[in-house]
Amino acid sequence: MAFGIEAEKEVIMKANKKDVLTGSYYIDGDVAAAYGAIAAGCKFVGGYPITPSTEAFEAFVHRAPYVGGITIQMEDELGSIASILGAVWSGKKAMTITSGPGFSLMMENIGLGAMLETPFVLLNVQRSGPSTGLPTQAGQADMMQSRWGANGDYEIIAISPDSPQEMFDYTIKAFNLSEKYRCPVMIMADECVGHMTEKVVVPEADKINIEPRRFYKGPKEKYLPFKPDKDLVPPMAKAGDGYKLHISGLTHDEKGYPTFSQTPDTKRLVDKIRLNADKIIELNEDEIDDADVVVVSYGITSRVAIRGIEQARAKGLKVGNLRLVTVWPFPEKRIAELSKKVKAFVVPEINYGQIVYEVERCAHGNANVVLVPHGGGFVHNPEDIFKAIKYAAQEKKKVEGIIEHKTELYRLIHEKNS
Amino acid sequence: MNKKTVEIRFAGYGGQGIIRSGIIVGRAGAIYDDKFTTMNQAFGPEARGGACSSQLLVSDDKILYPYVAKSDILICMAQEAYEKFEPELKNDGLLLYDLDLVNLKNKRGKVKLYSIPSTRFAEELGQKIIANVVMMGFFTAITEVISVDAMKKSIPESVPSRFVELNLNAFDKGYNYGKNLVK
Repeated sequence: MAFGIEAEKEVIMKANKKDVLTGSYYIDGDVAAAYGAIAAGCKFVGGYPITPSTEAFEAFVHRAPYVGGITIQMEDELGSIASILGAVWSGKKAMTITSGPGFSLMMENIGLGAMLETPFVLLNVQRSGPSTGLPTQAGQADMMQSRWGANGDYEIIAISPDSPQEMFDYTIKAFNLSEKYRCPVMIMADECVGHMTEKVVVPEADKINIEPRRFYKGPKEKYLPFKPDKDLVPPMAKAGDGYKLHISGLTHDEKGYPTFSQTPDTKRLVDKIRLNADKIIELNEDEIDDADVVVVSYGITSRVAIRGIEQARAKGLKVGNLRLVTVWPFPEKRIAELSKKVKAFVVPEINYGQIVYEVERCAHGNANVVLVPHGGGFVHNPEDIFKAIKYAAQEKKKVEGIIEHKTELYRLIHEKNS
Repeated sequence: MNKKTVEIRFAGYGGQGIIRSGIIVGRAGAIYDDKFTTMNQAFGPEARGGACSSQLLVSDDKILYPYVAKSDILICMAQEAYEKFEPELKNDGLLLYDLDLVNLKNKRGKVKLYSIPSTRFAEELGQKIIANVVMMGFFTAITEVISVDAMKKSIPESVPSRFVELNLNAFDKGYNYGKNLVK
């Protein structure tokens, strides 16, 4: 188990004992995420409870008073995300929790957060959409929205957990990444993982690495709020400590003052993630080396897919499993590299095609790309994934574009209409 | 029933402690019996109440697919739940049900049937709401999927301290009734 990222500094900070409820629990993924946030040192959640993420908000409410934390139920999602940006600039670690249309409402200030290089975590327990959709059932259709849902150029980091244990572990990782790169980090969970109850082991506080905020340490008069360190990330000051702090959503220079043209600082918003992608990306790979077909998946689907993969392996097919722990930044290099060795990628996801576009782009026409879509409401039938693998292994032709696997659901819809 | 995933569904109506049963049994397995268990509850967008069920998977290995596809064990505490979930039970599955609340309709081939007046027993013990605990005792005795020790450690974590004794008594009542049946 990896808790947080490897700190590059000499002093590795550990979690605060008071924040960590060491022990074994039988809790759902939502609650585990709240425990993880608290262990990471999160002291503020501003949110507007929405199914299926409500349990995470509630769990934070219950624990917050014991760790000096505050929770505010805001008037709506616009207020929720705005409140956490304010909390972060006051020096705290903060998170918001949402789902479905709540996520859409947060878009504008996600952009502000990215522009101000505000480290924060957003937990999206994805439900099926669009709009109100299926509030109590799973979806994975906010993946593209999570990347560029706000206006303008920026990059974020997104992580997709597949179990309550990972909801705990990766919420800590999300906080650490957000502090390290000063960017929004999204935990793109789903209803299934959020509502699933399993054993969660909360380790001792000294086993949990914590990335501290990058506070500026030089002389006050020399502080420039957007002057980056070598890794392209600027150190922060907090409001009220006597620094000249000018931060605004306008395109700005190193001082934070508005400019009339693009500056290196806006390019930095994408470069600090793109150029550090190798350090950020986390993948789980299994039997990739001699594989003919590689299944690429994330979140709950990566668990369900293993059933289809095992079924295919039992029939003698060489199938590798590539699970995206971090979905953004996308592992472009790895997919490109694999595309030269494998016949095809199979991409199951609980949507009608999102991450599959990235896989297709990075495959550069070297390998076929098969989408196993699922409209949401439930997880895939592993049988559909197995059949897609079987097809992908047998297909001799190079097929241009994305091949949509005809799932049972597809057949039901189209036979009915014909 | 070792070496593979046992798929269990608890079903009844809202307020019977159906979800709670899933959590107690799941926790007993995961925390105290050192197995892998995954518990899921399905509910619609409407307010709680009406038919409800929880799904529990118990395995010696990591659980991948987190839902019940075909149940090995179905526990029914209401007629509606029985009618809805009986078809999902495997042909050689186990059906445990409340004798007074469920009327069996068709009896399928190799399905094994065990019944207990769990609600009546609970009323005799003084609290109708502990019928699910009586049923959990019965379940533990008949199926042996989860150990008695683990169950007795898990139950107190889900009930207020002043009711622990009552709940453990209810568990024993169901357990002993079950053990007598399979003796």
